[in-house]
Amino acid sequence: MSFAGYKKKKINQLKWTVKDAKKHKTLYLFLLPYFTVFTLFTVAPVVVSLVLSFTYYNVFEAPRFHGLTNYINLLLADDIFLTAVKNTFLLAVITGPIGYLASFMFAWFIHELPRYVRAVAVLVFYAPSIAGGAFIIWSLIFSGDSKGYLNAILVETGIMSGPVLWLTDTRYMMPVVIIVVLWMSLGAGFLSFVAGLQTVDAAQYEAGYVDGIKNRWQELWFITLPNMKGMLMFGAVMAITQSFGVGDVTQQLCGMPSTDYAVHTAVNHLVDYGTLRFEMGYASAIATILFLSMFLCNKAVQSLLRRVGQ
Amino acid sequence: MATAKTKVRKGRIREGRKPNRSIGGDIFVYFVLILFGAFFVFPLIYAINNSLKPLNEIFMYPPKLFVQNPTTDNFSDLFLLMGQSWVPFSRYIFNTVFMTLLGTVGHILFASMGAYALSKYRFPGSRFLFALVVTTLMFSTYVTAIPNFIILSKLHMIDTPFSIIIPAWGSSIGFFLIKQFMDTVPDTLIEAAKIDGAKEWRIYWKIVMPIIRPAWLTAMIFSIQALWNNGGGAFIYAEELKGLPAALGQITAGGVARQGAGNAATVIMMLVPILAFILTQSNIIETMASSGIKD
Repeated sequence: MSFAGYKKKKINQLKWTVKDAKKHKTLYLFLLPYFTVFTLFTVAPVVVSLVLSFTYYNVFEAPRFHGLTNYINLLLADDIFLTAVKNTFLLAVITGPIGYLASFMFAWFIHELPRYVRAVAVLVFYAPSIAGGAFIIWSLIFSGDSKGYLNAILVETGIMSGPVLWLTDTRYMMPVVIIVVLWMSLGAGFLSFVAGLQTVDAAQYEAGYVDGIKNRWQELWFITLPNMKGMLMFGAVMAITQSFGVGDVTQQLCGMPSTDYAVHTAVNHLVDYGTLRFEMGYASAIATILFLSMFLCNKAVQSLLRRVGQ
Repeated sequence: MATAKTKVRKGRIREGRKPNRSIGGDIFVYFVLILFGAFFVFPLIYAINNSLKPLNEIFMYPPKLFVQNPTTDNFSDLFLLMGQSWVPFSRYIFNTVFMTLLGTVGHILFASMGAYALSKYRFPGSRFLFALVVTTLMFSTYVTAIPNFIILSKLHMIDTPFSIIIPAWGSSIGFFLIKQFMDTVPDTLIEAAKIDGAKEWRIYWKIVMPIIRPAWLTAMIFSIQALWNNGGGAFIYAEELKGLPAALGQITAGGVARQGAGNAATVIMMLVPILAFILTQSNIIETMASSGIKD
């Protein structure tokens, strides 16, 4: 397709690009519907968010330029935001890596199973993340009165003398949220690993066996992982995006605001200012900080993953 | 060398075991999977049992995991309760089905058209656009919710079903998965169709779309999962336009008296996405095999 362009050296780069684009004009029509919507509701919002974060905007009046005030307030005057940042990072640092490693470990273990058992096992481990709002069932299990399932078991067996307020006692809220988030963490990344393991060529394993690979750990590091780099990258993206975006779980299990803001996350803070107080400028500053955290974390992990199997 | 290899292979078949697998390791694998499998499935089993418990069992002490005298009272209560509400239950169901259907069909159509162009051709901007989609996988929709509200309100779409439907068309994970899967479709197939005189649209619709069925089924599952659980949130105020999750949320918030109906509601909400997954699992796994992000 590009030979004609290369031959005519006189035509400069730009002209050639335009010509090339014109030749493919049908394809731009194919792209038009998706990328119109995608730009409007996914790309533009990031830009809008960044711009609004430097303004005061309450939806009813036109936005007023505010400089860095929102950021300064967030970092210096808003104690609750600092709590939210601490909680968000704590959740991300714990549930991100554990969820990621668990996704891989379970996928790897499931791969060892016979085919039909495998399908059932995938369903069992994946169901919590696809079941949407089903995590609300944990509020019955962790219910604070004596009828709560966990309380009843612990009191009946004599481990505890009285019920514990799992969802409102600041000592237990964070561990409970972590458990529930981990329960839901085997999502698209997990499926990607399950599928990825099936694509590794069996001949490579046989060759590895002949070359002296002795156990499943060596097999994993020298054959399986290097073959799955793309999936490992995809899974990491999913894990990071999910672990930084915890908000629904804390809101529905512990309420909003939660006791002493013990599990208040950046997403909760964003929802609070954006949809309840209509301080869009301030909410946009939170969104921008959250966006940068997710983005930079992704870039850092990707450069780390490039070293797998080397 | 060749004979050594055959011997190894024969030995393996006779033993019935993969190479490099110790029995102890296998036992460990099963042990871990059963232990954690129980942890993953337990809340779902608990939810289903709870929805079948009669009132006296729901408030029984100590609570039992399994139902003793199963009943469907909770489900009929739920429908009875919803029948009395100001907005009829059928309306919420219609809204959710309408938003899920239109959002999903539009997403699959738009995403597969765009993915076809990016996957099968190189032209100015094609690499950049795909890199942009991959980048957007790296942040969640929470980040874009506030500006989305503003953009939707400027377009006068707030408080209409389109505030949920149209943004769903631009979902990036579905686009990404369809495009990656399309890369595995041989280009020769398309070239052959071109020689036969087929136009771009015809190749896309008649040749590529049937082949990539697993990919659009996968995009469909992710889309259904997101839309089925969307009751309208902050984008729809009018009660008669809200979806099922909003209605069921009100029941669950009804406290002790509504506990049974609430349990039934939880089960209804979780069953649809799980059933959709069961029906399409093999297609989804096939699609995810090409989900890798390349450098």
